[in-house]
Amino acid sequence: MLCLEIAWRFVIARKRPMILSLLGIVFGVSFFVITQAQTSGFEQFFIRTILGTNGAIRISDQFQDPLGTVQKSGKDGKVKFIFHSREDALYQEGVHQPDLVRVALMDYPEISGVSEIIEGTGILHTGSRKKTVQINGIRWVDHLQASDLNGQIIQGTIDQFASDQMGALLGSRIFSRLNIKVGDRIMLQGGTGTIHLRVCGVFETGVSQIDKNRIYLHMGNARSFLGHSAGGSIFQVALNKPELAPELSQQLQNVLNHRAVSWQEREKVWLDVFKALRVSSGITVSCILLLSGLGIFNVFAISVIEKTRDIAILRSIGFSQTDVSAIFLWQGAIILFAGILLGSFFAGLGTYLISIIPLRIRGIFSTDSFVVNWDLSHYLLASCIALIFVSVATWIPARRASRIEPAKIIRETI
Amino acid sequence: MNQVNENSSHSGSLKVEDLYFSFSEHSSSVVDILKGVTLEAQRGEITSIAGPSGCGKSTLLYLMGLLERPGSGKILMDNMEVQNLSDRKRTIARNQLIGFVFQFHFLIKELTALENVRLPLLKNGTDRTIANQISSELLDDLGLKNKVHRPAYKLSGGEQQRVAIARSLVNSPNYLLADEPTGNLDTQNSQAVFELLLLMAQKLNIAVVLVTHNENLAQQSDQEFRMLDGKIFT
Ligand SMILES: Nc1ncnc2c1ncn2[C@@H]1O[C@H](COP(=O)(O)OP(=O)(O)O)[C@@H](O)[C@H]1O
Ligand SMILES: [Mg+2]
Repeated sequence: MLCLEIAWRFVIARKRPMILSLLGIVFGVSFFVITQAQTSGFEQFFIRTILGTNGAIRISDQFQDPLGTVQKSGKDGKVKFIFHSREDALYQEGVHQPDLVRVALMDYPEISGVSEIIEGTGILHTGSRKKTVQINGIRWVDHLQASDLNGQIIQGTIDQFASDQMGALLGSRIFSRLNIKVGDRIMLQGGTGTIHLRVCGVFETGVSQIDKNRIYLHMGNARSFLGHSAGGSIFQVALNKPELAPELSQQLQNVLNHRAVSWQEREKVWLDVFKALRVSSGITVSCILLLSGLGIFNVFAISVIEKTRDIAILRSIGFSQTDVSAIFLWQGAIILFAGILLGSFFAGLGTYLISIIPLRIRGIFSTDSFVVNWDLSHYLLASCIALIFVSVATWIPARRASRIEPAKIIRETI
Repeated sequence: MNQVNENSSHSGSLKVEDLYFSFSEHSSSVVDILKGVTLEAQRGEITSIAGPSGCGKSTLLYLMGLLERPGSGKILMDNMEVQNLSDRKRTIARNQLIGFVFQFHFLIKELTALENVRLPLLKNGTDRTIANQISSELLDDLGLKNKVHRPAYKLSGGEQQRVAIARSLVNSPNYLLADEPTGNLDTQNSQAVFELLLLMAQKLNIAVVLVTHNENLAQQSDQEFRMLDGKIFT
């Protein structure tokens, strides 16, 4: 405590260099946290978007070489699902025996929603314009469980869609392209003929590929329009803990004998881009901390030289080498602690201010302001990096201070 | 260490026997500084050492004060050999048995007079209130009653030296080593400091070893040594 007290007096007596050292840490910590909050904020937002649009796991085509029997290993080990397949089964588009698969999936406690989707294409006609679209036939109740469709609707409502047998939900870009209103009638043309639909709502995911191409129809309509009386569908699965998707999809693939793709695998390219962005900005900003570490090293090295006489006198009145180095390490600790506190404060403030900056982004997700992620781990990581640099920066001068020979200094002074 | 801090009736002493010390900075050239010094300073007395600059007076004091280790010879504190103590014990001894006063007062300028004086007490774990009380009483005794809370750098030279003396005395040491403590002071202040040392030596039963150029002061001391080229003469 005595050493801390002396350290404190030394720190406040050298205001300018100490404040500069402090500012380095404050800047380093707050920049680190702010950049991490942004990059990981966009990353999280992107993940939320893809989970909300295409789910955590998608189960599609059956494998070409199916096993005769597969089992679902339920929690109690009793539940078994057996799939019979012909020995010479050929590649079959979509999920085989979807009703069985659906029941099997619902049995997993990790799975929070399962939506069967039948996919196909068609051409939308208004009076004057037409547009090729991807049809997604859904059971709306199921799909709401497995996606964020409800939150994505920007015009009309899901109830309108639910209550209209011939309802359709249109991607926002299709909607604006066709220049129509909610409630308008449109025609869908395709392989088996033409059906008449009513526009019940518009959704915007932010993912332009989807907003430009996708429409949702009721399952029955889609089936008859596409000419699949049964089968041919895929499954979109939502999880309670989306981060577990890779393990679960592997498990599902083995059990169901269908291809199951996790969102991490599906969106690998974008996720890698975000990760690279986050890591590289982290490294860049760590350089601020490295530089302030060098600054602190410089300040402390000078301080040890300035304080040689004080060190000699402290040694002569009974302070040990350890006490002397403690005095300098405490000075570093004071700067570090104050730096982390102030840095975290400014980081929080900066993150908040940035989150209210208007910024319109469409393409891979949809947002009208900066996206930030509030994560304690950013603060901890920044503090750890600061701790490492400051420790090294003060440890070396502190060691030098402890090795000062008091007799030599006193003799040279006289 | 067997601490001998009470003012024992049988007066102890600080004694060196056949002390040698040399610098060997460059491995080839060895400079002998002390060449067999023997002397004994009794507690309760002032022992003065005079001699030309560079003859080794300061070196002798640093050895007696356990700031440095001798090449050979013995250092005895109240008849106990201390020249071979471990670093840890030497540090404790400097805190509890020995007081230093240097020509330059060596106060820590960031601290007030009181804070400088109480450092050795806080270092040995004395309670803060008690340390403050002892320190301010001592400063009172030394005539610094109303300068107790003044930052060290705002004190005059004579005042700073008195604060340094207070700091060297605050742990009631057995031995006080003063290296030209009046070297920077005028005659009047020098005499005052000397009288202070004399008073403390008698009152607290301290062996004061005083290195001085001041002939006048040397003559007033209880025992007078001369030093020349690393050797001691009476
Ligand atoms: N680091 C050193 N290396 C070699 N010689 C030194 C060193 N420091 C001091 N000396 C020499 O030691 C001698 C004694 O010094 P010192 O004890 O300070 O003398 P005094 O206090 O009597 O003036 C001087 O001659 C000085 O030149
Ligand atoms: Mg000298």
